[in-house]
Amino acid sequence: MNDNSYDILIVGVGGQGVLLASEILSEAAMSAGFDVKKSEIHGMSQRGGVVSSHVRIAPKVYSPTIQEGQADILLSFEQAEGLRAITWLKKGGIAIVSRTTLIPAIVTSSRKYHYPLDAVAEMKKKLNRVIGVEADKIAGELGNPRLVNTILLGILSNYMSFDYDLWIETIKSKVKPKLVDINITAFKRGRDISLSAVKA
Amino acid sequence: MRELLSGNEAVARGAYEAGVALAASYPGTPSTEILETLAERFPSIYSQWSPNEKVAFEVGIGASIGGGRALVTMKHVGLNVAADPFMTFTYTGVNGGFVIVSCDDPEMHSSQNEQDNRFFARFGQIPFLEPSDSQEAKDMLITAYEMSELFDTPVMLRMVTRISHSKGIVELGETVHGPDKRFVKDPSKYVMIPSNARKRHVVVDQRLEKLARFAEETRFNTVELNGSRIGIITGGVAYQYAKEIAPDLDYLKLGMGYPLPMRKIEQFVNGHERVFVIEELEPFYEDQIKAVGLKVEGKRYFGRLGELSPFRVAQGLKETGVLDRVETPTISVDEMFPRPPVLCPGCPHRGAFMALKKLGVAVTGDIGCYTLGVMEPLNALDTCICMGASIGNAIGMEKVKGSEKGTVAVIGDSTFVHSGITGLLDAVYNKSNVTVIILDNRATAMTGGQQHPATGQTLMGEPTSRLNLVNLCKALGVESVRELDAYNYDAALHMISEEMQRPGPSVIITSRPCVLMPVRIMDEPYVVDLDLCTACSACFRISCPAIAASSETNKHGHPKAVIDETLCTGCTLCAQVCPPEAIILKSQYVKA
Ligand code: SF4
Ligand code: SF4
Ligand code: SF4
Repeated sequence: MNDNSYDILIVGVGGQGVLLASEILSEAAMSAGFDVKKSEIHGMSQRGGVVSSHVRIAPKVYSPTIQEGQADILLSFEQAEGLRAITWLKKGGIAIVSRTTLIPAIVTSSRKYHYPLDAVAEMKKKLNRVIGVEADKIAGELGNPRLVNTILLGILSNYMSFDYDLWIETIKSKVKPKLVDINITAFKRGRDISLSAVKA
Repeated sequence: MRELLSGNEAVARGAYEAGVALAASYPGTPSTEILETLAERFPSIYSQWSPNEKVAFEVGIGASIGGGRALVTMKHVGLNVAADPFMTFTYTGVNGGFVIVSCDDPEMHSSQNEQDNRFFARFGQIPFLEPSDSQEAKDMLITAYEMSELFDTPVMLRMVTRISHSKGIVELGETVHGPDKRFVKDPSKYVMIPSNARKRHVVVDQRLEKLARFAEETRFNTVELNGSRIGIITGGVAYQYAKEIAPDLDYLKLGMGYPLPMRKIEQFVNGHERVFVIEELEPFYEDQIKAVGLKVEGKRYFGRLGELSPFRVAQGLKETGVLDRVETPTISVDEMFPRPPVLCPGCPHRGAFMALKKLGVAVTGDIGCYTLGVMEPLNALDTCICMGASIGNAIGMEKVKGSEKGTVAVIGDSTFVHSGITGLLDAVYNKSNVTVIILDNRATAMTGGQQHPATGQTLMGEPTSRLNLVNLCKALGVESVRELDAYNYDAALHMISEEMQRPGPSVIITSRPCVLMPVRIMDEPYVVDLDLCTACSACFRISCPAIAASSETNKHGHPKAVIDETLCTGCTLCAQVCPPEAIILKSQYVKA
C-alpha cells in the first residue's frame, strides 16, 4: 500500500452496516479524485449470513474484486469474520477488527462447530498489525449500537491520505440528517482510538 | 457530472437517457435494483412488477409493438420462464426498441443454477452486448436501443452479478428521445401463424448476417495492441480480471458477443503466436472460434465452473506458461464454523416448518426465504427446483406414493402468483391428494420485500386491488381452503395433519406477515428463566437467531439458553416448545 492505491476488504454479518461503510469509503475516494470500484454480493446475506465488500482505490482500477492474498487493509465488524477473512490480506497488511461477537444459530444448536474463544488473539498470532477495538462497547456508550461501522471508518481514516474534511463531508451526504452528528462523533472517536493503538 | 453507480443503477440511468417508455420485470437477484432504481429516481418512465417474467416480457413486447422503447429485466433463470415469448419475438422483431437485460449469477451467490445466458442470445439468433463495468452498462444499453431499431431485433444486455452489484464511476449524460413511433397494423410481421413465421425466419437469417457485419465495426469490439506475441480474447468482467493480471498483453475485447466478429478475430488470431480465450462459465466464444478452424486455447486453463477472479486468471495464465509466477495468499486459517443465512427471528415461516418437521412428511419447496428451511437445524425441506415447482413436484410424488407419510407443498405468496396457480389447478383437475401451504408473508421477501398482485400496491407506490388468495383457490376448485396462524404451533400441527387426511387437494394459507418488510415488527421480547431451564436444547432446534447458548450449563455440561432481547420479535414459538416453560414474556419475569 502507498498513498496511491488501496485495496480494502470490509467484512461483517448481515445487518451490521458493512454496505454503508463501503459506500462512504468509495464516495470519499471518488471525491478525492481516485478511480474506484466496489463489489459486494447482496441477496441471501441479509438473513444473517456473511457480508463482504471489496473496495479498490487507485488512479485506474480494473478488477472490481481484490486478488486473494493482496488486500492492504481488512476492516472487520465481527471478530470471527475478521479471522475468517485474513487469508485475503497480503503480507504486512493491516487488520482492524471490532471485538463484536455474533455466534450463529448453527453453532449454538449443533455440537459440531465451535466459535473461536479469542479471534483477535488468533489473528495476532498470524499477523503483525492487528488493531482489536471494542467498537460495539463504544457504540453502546454513544447510545447507538449501529455506530460500529463509523467508528471503524474513523480508525481506517488514519491509514489513508484523504483529508479529514472530505470524510466528514461524505458522511454528511450519506447518512440520514438526524444521525449526522452522532456519526461524526463516532468517526472522531475511531480516529482517536487508532492513534493510541498505533503507539501501543 | 460523475456518479458512483452499480451496474444495475447504471442500466436504469441508461434507460432514462435512452428515453425508455416502459419497463417491466419480476424481481430476482441480481437484477432487482434496475426497476427499483427506475421507480425511485426516474418516475417519468412507466415501470411495473409483473406476476412473472413471461408476463413482463409480453408487456414489453406490447409496448414495443405500440411504438415505445421497452425494457424488460430478469435474472438468468427468469429468461427460462419467458423463453416462450422470447423465441418468437425474435422472429417478429420490434417497432420501438426492445432490450432484455439478463443478469446471470456465476458462482450461484443467490440462485439454483449457474446458466450462461449468452446461449439464449444465440438460441434466439439475436445480438447481445456485455458490459465490463458500470460505465459500459449505461453506454451499451443506449446503443442497444439504436441497434434494436436499426436491425429490427430485440437485443440482449447480458450482465453478471459482479457487474450488477459492483459500483464504478459513471459519466452522466442527457436524456434523448427515441424515434417517435406509433402502432402500425402489420399482421405479416406480428402474427406468427406458420405461413408468416416461415417468411420471418428468412428475415431473421438475413438479419444475423447484417449483425455479423456490424459486429466487425462496433466500437464495443476493440483491439488493444501492446506489442505482445500473446493475444487474449475476452469480454465482460473477465476482461477486467485479465487486464488486472496482465495489462501488457494484446487484447481483443468483445463488448458485442453475438454474432461474433469473425474477421476481426481471425486477424487477431493470425497476428499472434498464441491466443487465449478468457471467459466466465461456458466456452461460448472458444467453441465458436475453434469451429471456424482457428487455433485458440482457453477452458483447459481457466475452468468452466463458478466465477472467475483475478487469482483464477493468474493461475490459468501461469499454467499456460505466459506468467512465470502467481502471488498466492500467504496467510491461512484453520477451517471455521459456517455462517449460512437463516430465517429471521420471528419469521412467519418458522412455525410451519417446525410442524412439518415434526410430522415427518415429504416437503416440496421452491424459491424464496422459505428455501432457508432446508438449513440445519430445521432441515424441513426436501426439494427446490424452480419458481412454482413445489406444487407440481408434490403432485407427482403423491401419485407414485413416494412418501409414506404423505407430501406437502410449500410455496410463497409471490411465488404462488408467479407460477404456482397453474400447479394448483393441475392438482384439482387431476384429483391429487396434496396439501399445499401458501406461506403468505405479503411480500417478495427474499429479494427485499417487493410488491406483487396480492400485496395491494404497485411498484410506483400506488394502491391497487389486492388479490384474494382464499377466493382464488376456491375458484380454482379447491374445496378446503383454511387460514392458519403459524405462530401457533399446535394449531399448525393439527391443521396440517387434518388436511393431509382429507381426500383431494387442500390449501392452507398462513396469515402472519414478514417481520422485516414492509414494516419492522417488534413485539415484547421473551427471556429465559435460567433457574427453570434444563438445557434440553429444544429451543435451539427451531433455529431462531435470537436464541443463543448462555454461559450457564446443567450438570451434564450442556449449555442453557439465552435470548437476545434486541433480536427477539416476541413470536412466542420458542416458549411453545420449551418443556419446563422456562421461556416467558419479559414483563412476567420476576427474578427470584
Ligand atoms: S425476510 Fe421475512 S420472510 Fe424472509 S426470513 Fe426474514 S422474516 Fe422470514
Ligand atoms: S427449551 Fe427451555 S429448557 Fe430447553 S434449553 Fe430451551 S429454554 Fe432451556
Ligand atoms: S419468541 Fe423465541 S422464537 Fe420468537 S423471536 Fe423471540 S426468541 Fe425467537
